[in-house]
Amino acid sequence: MTIIGTTPLRIAYLPLTDSAVLAVAREKGFAEEEGIALDLVRTVSWATLRDRLIFGQVQAAHMLAPLAIAVTLGLSQQPAPLSAPYKLNVNGNMLVMAKEFAQALDPDVAARLNDPLGTAHDFAAAIGLWKRKPVIGIVHRFSSHAVMLRYWLASAGVDPDRDVLLRVVPPSLTVEAMRAGEIDGFIAGEPWGSAAVDAGLAEAVAIGERIWRRGVEKVLAFRTPWLEENSQVVDALIRALVRSAAWCDDPANHEALAHLLSQPHFVDQPADLILRALSGRITARADMPPLDMPDFMLFSREATPFPWRSQALWLYSQLVRWKMVDHTPENAAKAGSVFRPDIFRRALAESNVPIPGASMKVEGAVAQPLAVGSKRGELTLGPDRFFDGRVFDPERIEDFLASF
Amino acid sequence: MRIVIIDDSGLRATVLEEGLREAGYDDIHIVPPRGGFVARLERMAPDVVLMDLGSPSRDTLEEMLSVSRALARPIVMFVDQSDESMIGAAIDAGVSAYVVDGLRKERVKPVLELAVRRFNAFARLQTELDEARTALSDRKIIDRAKSILMSQRGLSEPDAYALLRSSAMNQGKKIVDVAQALITASDLLGGGL
Repeated sequence: MTIIGTTPLRIAYLPLTDSAVLAVAREKGFAEEEGIALDLVRTVSWATLRDRLIFGQVQAAHMLAPLAIAVTLGLSQQPAPLSAPYKLNVNGNMLVMAKEFAQALDPDVAARLNDPLGTAHDFAAAIGLWKRKPVIGIVHRFSSHAVMLRYWLASAGVDPDRDVLLRVVPPSLTVEAMRAGEIDGFIAGEPWGSAAVDAGLAEAVAIGERIWRRGVEKVLAFRTPWLEENSQVVDALIRALVRSAAWCDDPANHEALAHLLSQPHFVDQPADLILRALSGRITARADMPPLDMPDFMLFSREATPFPWRSQALWLYSQLVRWKMVDHTPENAAKAGSVFRPDIFRRALAESNVPIPGASMKVEGAVAQPLAVGSKRGELTLGPDRFFDGRVFDPERIEDFLASF
Repeated sequence: MRIVIIDDSGLRATVLEEGLREAGYDDIHIVPPRGGFVARLERMAPDVVLMDLGSPSRDTLEEMLSVSRALARPIVMFVDQSDESMIGAAIDAGVSAYVVDGLRKERVKPVLELAVRRFNAFARLQTELDEARTALSDRKIIDRAKSILMSQRGLSEPDAYALLRSSAMNQGKKIVDVAQALITASDLLGGGL
């Protein structure tokens, strides 16, 4: 297919490892091949990324999935309907805590990470032993990491609004805040957890992927009216990103990708720190050999970019659970409609990319890799279990909420 | 009206504060976004908070605005959300503003307009400063190349400069680039400077 000329498109992003698919779409020419001149706007706070998107300085943004839902529901400053037709990654977070705090947990770090339920209970006990209410850095109240941290803590009876202090610290300041003793630990997207481990300030306590094996992370968010009016550009961009994501997931490219992201105009951190999340070789404590976590961060395989509506609804259920929004049928409908599988399908209709036939699934029900119905080709979904064994039926949100 | 400026750059905050004082506002405080700045801000109970759009600490501030008990009234962004041109100008200038709900639009608008003008002026100042710095280092490079030519080829200063300039014109390059190449070559050949 030939596109004559190029369409300029500005996308805001935060310097994080999971901005990889956007960086590669630009640097490796995938966007250009689809006729898009991609301009990536580096941004250092989620508030500014949100404002740039909703006030039209950029056409799209690398956004925390819960933030896209919160903006649509009017929970984060200026309300605006947003649409996410593409997921930029799943997984990729790590909770790290100061070494002194982690002393109260299982000293076998691999066992600690592989048993999130046991570790959550140890963590609850450690709170009582700590000199004060532990202060845990989160990057935003509407971040996937904060949602998962709350889910994990609550499983051991810890009330995240009462028993710990959640403090918002921007990702780029997390390590500095650890060093200054302002926080006792934090949960953030890579490479910041690795940076704190490497600096000898912290060790890994929980891995996002072990809390929810396929946890939603960043999405590509558009203003809904703009998305509706610019279908050709949106579709072309999605096609470019799908190819970029496949490139990013390929182990043969991980070193080159880490090097690309390490540059000052992207993540601006050492390539070796960035490589850890990409290759799934996680250093959990500075003095230990890396642990193999092959699903630490996914970009492409298992139809990772496909925006399941049920995933948006799971995130919504957690915002309701923590009293950030009231559950009403209208709010649920608005939240679910932020994810746009219809646009994803439309963009890839002519391609040979396997696309799920359904738009919703029961989340947390897949224990082993599972072959599912797809429009074409073979599609295998990876395990998507929650560590506590709960399942989320998007048709029965009330029952799910009542279970907590 | 109590105005708090949250800013990393002492200079920009001063430029803004000066402007506000000239306009007759006298209850102005500058708070750098470090450590427990949010608690400090809470105690100050500001009517207007002005902050650099490029500061990573905006997320920390917004969290405070969404949970704070000290600020009884909610704070909304910008003067009037329907005022698109104002919002556009503020974002382009890199200003974000938080305003106590209920504060009248006419009272806040001049503050915001002033902040936008001062932020823009500061950005221009910085660009000029950067340009001046570049010009200064360019001049140093050209001076060194001239002295190489003067000592190696026995040229006078004006002739050395003329030679650099004509080489640059012939090659379609900037004088500073030709000068830099000359210095590098001279260093490699042990030009004895």
